[in-house]
Amino acid sequence: MRVLVAMSGGVDSSVAAACLVEQGHDVSGATLKLWGGPQDSGCCSVADVDDARRVAQQLAIPHYVFDMTEAFGASVVDPYVAEHALARTPNPCIECNRRIKFDRLLERSERLGFDALATGHHARVVPGSGGAPHQLRRGADPDKDQSYVLSMLGQRQLGRVLLPIGTMTKPEVRRRATELGLRTAAKPDSQDVCFIHSDEGRERFLGDRMRLHPASVVDLSSKGQTGAVPALELVTVGQRRGLPRGPDGTRRYVASVDPRSRTVVVGSAAQVARQRIELLGDTLTWTDRALPDGAPAVAQTSAHGRPVPCTFERGGDLAAVRFEHPVRPVAPGQTVALYDLGEPDRVVGAGVVA
Amino acid sequence: MSDLSAVAYLDHAASTPMRAEAVEAMARFADVVFANPSGAHGAAREARRAVEEARELIAEALGARPAEVVFTSGGTEADNLAALGTLALRTGAGARASVVCSAIEHEAVLSPLRAAARGAAAVLGVGAVHLDEAGVTPVGIVDLDALAGTVGEDTALVSVMTANNETGAVQPIGAVADLVRKLAPRAVLHTDAVQAAAYLDLAEIAAPCDLVSVSAHKLGGPKGVGALVVRSPHSVAPLLHGGGQEQERRSGTHNVAGVVGFAAALAAAVEEQPKERTRVARLRDRLADAVAASIEGVVESVPRELTLPGHLHLRFAGVDQEELLVLLDQGGVYASAASACASGALEPSHVLLAMGLDPVEARSGVRFSLGRTTSEADVSHALVVLVDAVKRLRAG
Repeated sequence: MRVLVAMSGGVDSSVAAACLVEQGHDVSGATLKLWGGPQDSGCCSVADVDDARRVAQQLAIPHYVFDMTEAFGASVVDPYVAEHALARTPNPCIECNRRIKFDRLLERSERLGFDALATGHHARVVPGSGGAPHQLRRGADPDKDQSYVLSMLGQRQLGRVLLPIGTMTKPEVRRRATELGLRTAAKPDSQDVCFIHSDEGRERFLGDRMRLHPASVVDLSSKGQTGAVPALELVTVGQRRGLPRGPDGTRRYVASVDPRSRTVVVGSAAQVARQRIELLGDTLTWTDRALPDGAPAVAQTSAHGRPVPCTFERGGDLAAVRFEHPVRPVAPGQTVALYDLGEPDRVVGAGVVA
Repeated sequence: MSDLSAVAYLDHAASTPMRAEAVEAMARFADVVFANPSGAHGAAREARRAVEEARELIAEALGARPAEVVFTSGGTEADNLAALGTLALRTGAGARASVVCSAIEHEAVLSPLRAAARGAAAVLGVGAVHLDEAGVTPVGIVDLDALAGTVGEDTALVSVMTANNETGAVQPIGAVADLVRKLAPRAVLHTDAVQAAAYLDLAEIAAPCDLVSVSAHKLGGPKGVGALVVRSPHSVAPLLHGGGQEQERRSGTHNVAGVVGFAAALAAAVEEQPKERTRVARLRDRLADAVAASIEGVVESVPRELTLPGHLHLRFAGVDQEELLVLLDQGGVYASAASACASGALEPSHVLLAMGLDPVEARSGVRFSLGRTTSEADVSHALVVLVDAVKRLRAG
């Protein structure tokens, strides 16, 4: 099979490429240049491209660099900024997967005659045989599972995507890279948003691109203003950091942010907990078939969050997941990944929090 | 039908194979004649003699006197020395110096001049500079009226390349020189002849220029060596300080093997020029004609009669150059597009943008550059792969 493997310059995609070569595929590597600004080691610094290129040399496969900065700016960075301006907290990695890697790059790989696109994500695609649907499952390493950031993939993508390291644990991946003498074997994992420089942070990044507004902090216990924050656009629903303790001395969490009245509402863990999280109906995606109203499922609300059983409620403009016991609130713009209750490592779909 | 396992190297403008004359000439300077030519003993004298013989050969080929040839590490250093070395001596006291270059110069000229204009070359002694980038016509030739409008009494430096690296468009250096001498009598005139040197007679064409950049590996010499012709002995300040080599214009131990290979290649290239120009242009025309006959929606960015003989810059409507280059590569056809940035990603070509194209048009362009080793079979193979690739991309 002719396979194009997306190589970020990290160890996972390096080993993904190596696995495909070992399996006898006709492999080419591609590194995406996504961002021109300063950054650490994310997806597209010059040093990362050099690492990817070197690994491709070691594997004796062709390597290409694709400049997708314009598309990344328009379909990931600009919406990221616009969402924050509305006091929502998007997940740019998911949007990059949705709009760039598994859309533009996938399409490009098809035009270029490749049979499949591979990435170094820790998740598994189980190909459907005999008309059965392709499945997306959690990676073998529970600490590194990345099925959450791929949860928006559908049958069309899953049919053309290979995730070669999904059956390996991270230590196995590193061991394999060391055995092969790959330059990236000991490279640290990338952590943060690739286009935000860790020295400057989100505040500086967003502050350079929009006006940040101070907001008053209102406590659910006292019903009055208890403080202020310098920038409501940087406040995330559910966040605890940087908030004063409540009148009873307990920790406070953000319950909601209202950009119009410039108010941040906080409360105790119990006060802010939610039994129901609403999802935007037009953002719902399904790996195969849509869940019916009232179907049981398992919800995961962050990349490495704890999966919690829930009931899916199908609505019109808004759908929802309902929990038996209240859970910590999830910020608007974040993604809820849904897994099968009976086979809890199988992704069934995803939606963005309203 | 062409052999699908064949390879057609059509990127000679990026680099071209070394000539046998150069390889052979260089061999004894690895181990037999290895001494540092700056030394004062017999072994050093032997090495120094090789450097000076090379300098004389190169000077002759470029129509210069030997003392005018300053060896550098290549075209980029020659351009930087021309730009910043000139400005370091001609800026500082008094008003801002005016500098003019064409908008299609190579990054090795544009980038140091832009750095000087924003004050980033102060460490080299470059004072305040105002930079004008003169526009070009839709076929990529410097617009003489635009140039005339930007030069004047206070112009310190004018830089216009002999031929453009991307499109191959040959620039009217004679007319540029006449204009500069008339309107900007105090200006130093530099030409980056890196791309032109393999095919054009620089002894004649670059004669009116004060500074001329050349690079060995574009004409069959080794990488890592080039020269700047400096007509007026001390009109450039050094960028590199140290042992004072090259009459204190460029310190650093001589790349003896490199300059020997450079000289051998340049002498051979000049010797062959009339014959090679015709042969390569004929192959290039065959490719261009066949492409025009087999593929719709193709534009030659610069008409062939205005380019170097080996250049063919084509734009394919509706095709993305990144994708076309992958399919060409996978078909064994090695071509290129605009200059790559540090990461290797392609950026919209500033040359094509200066010609008035929009970014989408600029991203549809690919440069085929033929050279000394290009054969009829290369052209045939390239055509088969190219036709198939464009068809596939337009269908997809």
